[in-house]
Order: sequence, then C-alpha cells, then structure tokens
Amino acid sequence: MGLDRRGFLRHLSGIGGAAVLGSTTKAFARKEMPGYPDRYGVLVDLTVCIGCRKCEWACNEEKKLPNRPIQEFDDKSVFDTVRRNHATTYTVVNRFANSKTPEKPVYVKKQCMHCDEPACASACPVKAFEKTSTGAVVHDPSVCIGCRYCMAACPFDIPAYEYDDAFTPEVTKCDYCFSRIQKAGTKPACVQYCPVDAMTFGKRSDMVELAHDRIQLNPDKYVHHVYGEREVGGTDWIFLSPVPFDEVGFRTDLGTTPLPEHTRGFLSMVSVVLVAWPALCMGFYSFAKRREELVQAESQTKKEG
Amino acid sequence: MADQVTTRDSWVRQNLFLGMSFGDYVKSHITPFNIIALIICIVGIPVMVYRIIYGLGASTNLTDTNPWGIWIGFDMMTGVALAAGGFVMGTAVHLFGMKEYRPLVRPAILTGFLGYMFAVIGLMFDLGRYYRLPYPMFVQLGVSSILFLVAWHVALYLSAQFVEWCPAIFEWLNMKKFRKWFIRLTIGATVFGVILSTLHQSALGSLFLLMPSKLHPLWYSSLIPVFFFVSAIAAGITMTIVESMLSHRVFKEQVPKMAMDHHQFDRLTMGLGKAAALVLITYFCLKVVGVAHDANWHLLGTKYGTWWLVEVIGFVLIPAFLFALGVRNGSVKLIRFTAIVTVLGIALNRVNQSIICFNWNAAEQYYPHWMEVVITITIITIGLLTFRWIVNRMPILYDHPDYDIDH
Repeated sequence: MGLDRRGFLRHLSGIGGAAVLGSTTKAFARKEMPGYPDRYGVLVDLTVCIGCRKCEWACNEEKKLPNRPIQEFDDKSVFDTVRRNHATTYTVVNRFANSKTPEKPVYVKKQCMHCDEPACASACPVKAFEKTSTGAVVHDPSVCIGCRYCMAACPFDIPAYEYDDAFTPEVTKCDYCFSRIQKAGTKPACVQYCPVDAMTFGKRSDMVELAHDRIQLNPDKYVHHVYGEREVGGTDWIFLSPVPFDEVGFRTDLGTTPLPEHTRGFLSMVSVVLVAWPALCMGFYSFAKRREELVQAESQTKKEG
Repeated sequence: MADQVTTRDSWVRQNLFLGMSFGDYVKSHITPFNIIALIICIVGIPVMVYRIIYGLGASTNLTDTNPWGIWIGFDMMTGVALAAGGFVMGTAVHLFGMKEYRPLVRPAILTGFLGYMFAVIGLMFDLGRYYRLPYPMFVQLGVSSILFLVAWHVALYLSAQFVEWCPAIFEWLNMKKFRKWFIRLTIGATVFGVILSTLHQSALGSLFLLMPSKLHPLWYSSLIPVFFFVSAIAAGITMTIVESMLSHRVFKEQVPKMAMDHHQFDRLTMGLGKAAALVLITYFCLKVVGVAHDANWHLLGTKYGTWWLVEVIGFVLIPAFLFALGVRNGSVKLIRFTAIVTVLGIALNRVNQSIICFNWNAAEQYYPHWMEVVITITIITIGLLTFRWIVNRMPILYDHPDYDIDH
C-alpha cells in the first residue's frame, strides 16, 4: 500500500532532523544488510600459526610480486618490528608476546579483512572498489585517480600505494585471490600453502559457526570473541586468539557500525539542500528586492510631495 | 596596415603593460616583493617538475599509513575554507540586499575564484594520476562517495564563480554585449554558488566522517559538516576583512577611484566584524555541543584536550570577544587584527582536522617533506601574483566609469 500517513510523517521528520543535525536519525536507520549469502570466509586461528611466513611467500608467488627464495622466509629477525603490508606485499605476519603462555609467542597474519560494508568502497569517488558476491573486495586500477582516500578511510590500514611510480601509480591490496576463489574448490594461495592449517576457508556463515564451536570446545584456549564477526559491520576474514585481541595488534575500538553508515546522514542531507536552498535564496532575494522597491517608492513620493 | 599595428600595439600596451612600454613595465616591477616572489618561483618551479618526473615517493613524506599530507590538509582544506568570501559576500549583497557592501563583492569573488583554482592546482600535485582528474565527473561516478560530491561541487562552483567574475573581464576588454549577458546571470550564479558552497564546505569536513578510528575523538563528531560550514562562513567574512585591508595598502593608487571613501570602508569593516563575532560565537557553541554530544569532557584534561582548548578558546572564543569589543569601541584596528587571528585559527583547525589530530594514535607520524612545503609556498605565491595581475588591469576594486554597476 506504499506509505501510510504516519510513515510519511516519520519520513519527513527524518529528513528535517537530518537537515538540522547532519546525522542519521532513527527514521533513516538502515535496513539490516545481510550481505551476499554465499560469500566466503576465512577463519584464522592464532593458536595454530607458527610464524613460518609461507603464506607471505605463496602470496608473492600467486600475485607475481617480487619474491625471495622460500628458505629466506625462515628469517626470524623480521619479527623485531611490527610490519604492515605495502605496495608489493599484500600480507605480512607479525609476532606478539603471549601474556598467557610467554614461551609461545602469538603470530598474527595481516591482510585485507574484506569487510561486508567496506569503507574503501564508500570512499572511492570513481567506484574502483567492488564487494563481489564471493566476499572479495576487489580494486580496479584502470579508473583510480590516486586520491588515496581509500587508504585514509580503511580502519585496518590495508590499501597501499605505489609511491615510487611517478606516472602510473596504483593502489594495491589483497584481493582474496579473487581469480582463484571464483572457481569452486580453490582456496586463496595463502590458505592453500599454510603447512599447519592455521586458516580454514569456506562459507563465511560456516566459518563463524566453526569459530564459536572451537571456543565452546576449548573455552580455556581462546578469548571468547570472534574478531571480525561484527567489527565495522562484519568482515569476511575472522580471527580466534588465545589472548585479548588488543594485545596482538588488533584494534578493539572500531565498534560494530559499518563505517559507510556514518556518512549516510550527510548524504541524505544533500538532496534537502538542493531542494530547499534555491527556494530560501529566492525568498530572501524577493524580500530584499521588495523592500528596496518600497524604499524607492517612498523617497519618490517624498520628493513629489 | 601600419595603423593596425599601432592600434594593436597600444592595445597590448594599455591592457597588458598598464600603459607603459615593455622596458618601463619591467623596470617598475623591481620591488622587494617581486624579488622574493622571483626567488620562490626559481626554486619552486623546478621542484614542481621534480614531483612530476620522480613521483610522490621522491618528493613527499607520504606513506601507506599517512596517505594525506599538507597538500590536502593545508592547500585544499584551508584554501577552500578561506576562499568562502566569494559566496558569503555574494549572498549578503545580491540575495540579502545589503547593497552598501557591494564594493567588497568583486574582490571577494576574485579571491574565492583564485583560492579554489589554486587549491585544485595544489590537488593536481597530490593526485597520483592527476591526468585522470575528470574521471569522477565523466568516466565512472562513485555516487556514494563524499569525495565524489566534493569533486563535482568544487568543479561546478569554480564555473559559477567564473560567471560571477566575467562582467569584470568584459569591462576590461570593453565587450559590452558579453558583459550584459553575464550580468544577467549574476543572481542565478549566486544562488547556485550558495547551494554548492553549503554542500562542499560541509562535504570537505564530512570526508572525515568515515574515519572515526583515525581522528582524535575531540575532532571527530557527527557535527563535522556543520562545523566546517559555519567556520567557512567565519573564514569568508574574516578573509574579506584581511583581503580588503591588504588591497588598500598594496593598490594605493586605486584607492581614490574606489566606490567607497575611507569612512565607508571603515564602517563596512565594522559591519563585517560584527557579523564575524556572531558567527564565531555560534561556531564556538556548536563545538561545545559537539563535545557534550559525545560526552568527551574527560578528554579535555589530556594533551590533545589542551590543544583543542588552544584552538577553540584561543582562536574562536577570544576572537569572538575581540570582534565584539572592537565593534563596541569603534576600533577598526582591533577588528582587522582579530580578523588575521581568526584566519590563522581556521587554518589551524583544518590542519588539526586533517594532519595533527589525524592518525593521532598511529606509531608513524607525518611531517611534511621540504619539497611539499616549497610547492605549497610556490602555489600561494603564483596565486598572489595572479591576483595582483588581474587587480591591476580589471575593474575589481573600483567601478569602471563606463558602466553602471547595478545594471
């Protein structure tokens, strides 16, 4: 039946509220976005990872990034500093102290989290990012203007830039091995090559279930939180950890609201301004003009009188 | 034939060399300001070329963690805010009918137009692929992006301001018919400009709405769009005060031709000061509401809290009182001084928002590379030279004697 009267009024008050506050009001509360039902997920179990960095090697091979012989990845000195991904490294493993069992450090793999509502995609002025039905967030460099807003917007600091390329720099990041996971039964390269099965690839919904099952079966082994299940609206890479996540390099202050949600209030105000401002402006203009005419007429009569 | 050459020669001489021969024109330009400007360009232009040839990595301190530097935080954010004078004065005079401020409109519009233009030129150095600048407009439209909105609105607003500036160009070129067409477009361009300014000034702030985890909570608020819009109005008013003060000094010889005498100029400055006081007090209250809204009072005791108080009390509340005091005591000097403080305060706010308090909790801090600073200074210098070149030729500060300005 479309809008009933109350619904219409609520809608109107929502527009008014948004115009005044520039923030999302209840009337504009988003409909639950369930996401692509069959998207894939990866569960990373930090209690399993041994820090061999074979995933880094596999990623470089798969994505044709500058690589080194696989033996060199045994070098533990890289763990002395916390690293992040860069233009030619889409994934890195970092080492953190384990507050529960100090003799067993925690190794944490970092790569694109593949958010369900990615901030990078919302930021991009040329729609270069796309959340595909597989779950992968992919980037199309052929339209990228190099504004680097995606990098500023990403809460996980993932997109990197080819700063050293003067003429055709690109934004780079992990693309979930999009070309591989499109084919049924193929995993991302890093998951495939992990010698200890620290990562499990499957339907995201199954991975979330698996994560909760593991916590339930071993309540002492894990902190009772699946990182990425709800963070910034949910990510397709989710993590289990033996120690609190903020101790091993994760930001635990991101909240559960998808980041694009924060801009929705402003974007809905735009059409209000487009409609209301010309009317207001012309109103003021006519008012001022009329006043001026009256003043002129008055001085005319005074002169004549 | 010879006749034609002389007419052309005298046209060039009259319009380009200010009625002097080329030699005299060059000689008249040997001044301390010009020598400094020349040195800046001699250093700056090769640095610009270096940026183009060797890329961002070689010429900036930008990193994957700090992707935005002073070219965005200062050139773009501050440049656009300080260029708001065009729309503020245009609205006051053309829409609200405050006709006495008319002598300030053209310089404000020129400041605005050049401010935007040079902000975009600055952006060209920042963009990794500057040659794709029109892509958000024509190739692939990211309609849900706030930056898409900014791109469109800045481009359209540049055109609107150009239309508003056109009458002066055609008066200079003595093309009566074209001038008349553009005069007719003034109201339309002004209304269009108000809409676009409202949206993109606030949209520049809204870029940060997407980054609650990166911005210090005292600077992150759902009210950012309102903060940016209201402070841009304050910037527009105070920049008009500063620009008109400087113009009266730099273009002394044009002062007798101006449509306002000394008293009227002071009175207009007073009026602008009063408006600035009101806008700044509003802005201050909004900033406090922002802190209250997110219950961030406890953060005021921290290091960043002190910095926030410096910005909001030192550069918003105190100027608001000084403006009020200046108006009460009739001190134009105080108003002009306070206008300078306010302009610096708005610049501080934009830099805080996009650089100092951005990534405040990241291990890696950003400081501009010297080449970033040099390119910024060079762009500002070329902007000032362009402003002077135009003001020396076109009827910006004064009314062209051949034209009735109101029609």
